[in-house]
Amino acid sequence: MAIGRDVSKLPGLGNDEILRYSRHLIIPEVGMEGQRRLKDARVLMVGAGGLGSPIGLYLAAAGVGRLGIVEFDTVDVTNLQRQVLHGTRDVGRKKVESARDRIRDVNPHVEVVPHEAWLTSENALQIIGQYDLVVDGTDNFPTRYLVNDACVLLGKPNVYGSIFRFEGQSTVFCAADGPCYRCLYPEPPPPGLVPSCAEGGVLGILPGLIGLVQATEAVKLVTGVGRPLVGRLLLLDALAMQFRTMTLRKDPACPACGTREIQALVDYQQFCGVGREEDLSGIPAISVSELDARRRGGSPLDLVDVRERHEWEIGRIAGARLAPLSSFAEALRSFDSARDTVLYCKSGVRSAKAVQQLQAAGFRRVWNLEGGILRWSEEIDPTVPRY
Amino acid sequence: MPVTLRLPTVLAGAAGGNTVHQARGATVGDVVADVASRYPELGTRLRGPNGEPYPYVIFYLDDEDIRFRQGFATPVRDGAEIVVVPAIAGG
Repeated sequence: MAIGRDVSKLPGLGNDEILRYSRHLIIPEVGMEGQRRLKDARVLMVGAGGLGSPIGLYLAAAGVGRLGIVEFDTVDVTNLQRQVLHGTRDVGRKKVESARDRIRDVNPHVEVVPHEAWLTSENALQIIGQYDLVVDGTDNFPTRYLVNDACVLLGKPNVYGSIFRFEGQSTVFCAADGPCYRCLYPEPPPPGLVPSCAEGGVLGILPGLIGLVQATEAVKLVTGVGRPLVGRLLLLDALAMQFRTMTLRKDPACPACGTREIQALVDYQQFCGVGREEDLSGIPAISVSELDARRRGGSPLDLVDVRERHEWEIGRIAGARLAPLSSFAEALRSFDSARDTVLYCKSGVRSAKAVQQLQAAGFRRVWNLEGGILRWSEEIDPTVPRY
Repeated sequence: MPVTLRLPTVLAGAAGGNTVHQARGATVGDVVADVASRYPELGTRLRGPNGEPYPYVIFYLDDEDIRFRQGFATPVRDGAEIVVVPAIAGG
């Protein structure tokens, strides 16, 4: 069954729209009614990044009448490998503005509503309440639980997708009698356990595949065509190019959609343990300028790169040697406790952990390079590539 | 006939770099324990200190969520396939 208003209340299509959507209109399952439903639909995209890019482009092209975009980020050059909603000339612009301009070009009949904000417990119900359904393209656990709970409370379908490296998941949550995100994952993993795409990488094409599954489901929900991906979790393994569908059940004990003990939005940062990450502040550190001065002064020290080999191959600080954190225990015997040792990684988090491991092994003359190789590149040696 | 345990790539690093593992066991928990005996680091990613699954790592036995059966005590047949689906949040 289609979501939205009674057919008698749907807007009509002008002749230019009839021509534009002709390949939809000649599909009997879509037809004039389906296209008018799309025109009447109010869809909220949460995120205009990897998943949001194909979602936004295709929902706009398909003729969704009102497309809300919640996004606070600006376009960075590292986004362009997958975020096809934004172009090279948009680097540095607000994503909502870049997305709005691109969508206007794709289809000027679409009303784009930019919500230039992070979705929070304070604004989520007010923003989501203006739409018929939500397409979740966020990139973090707190926002996913927030979107879920808001959709449960408001009774709005939530078209879910998430990705990591070569794998993706998609399903439709919060449909009538269907499961919600908390039925699938009652609790989030502890912070830091599951790397983000920024930390762990993602195949640029993957959000295209998963985002278009989400866009397809959104169009199906709006038009009422086909069998929605409710109660089924679609898993994509791009390396094997295998799609599998698992049964996803509604959990009667789910505090959101089962017992309904969640009556209001909570603090999702706290729920996901964000801010409770390991405190690295007590770890001896050295700034990039201090390290540069010591090296120029000729004082002897060992410089050790604890990133993985594939990162080392992107670029490194001259004179360093490689001892990846993933096999650091085995490398411990290669360290000389009598010498000053400086450890670095990409941004300083992994190397802080490596410093702790050396301290635990009795080393006293070890320091963490603050800001890692990224800051070294920014402040000392711009020939070292950033990534 | 062994049981297949299929991991996502995010966990393969803790399992010798492989996503597909053959293992033996009468229950899902036994199969997990068999693979974990070969890769102790993987073991801690698949089950908590209490020996039970984490709420953010789902086990599917032949496409059914074991939480709606008997959890780790769910019996497995020869040739069955267990798929591990941890929470990911990238977008």
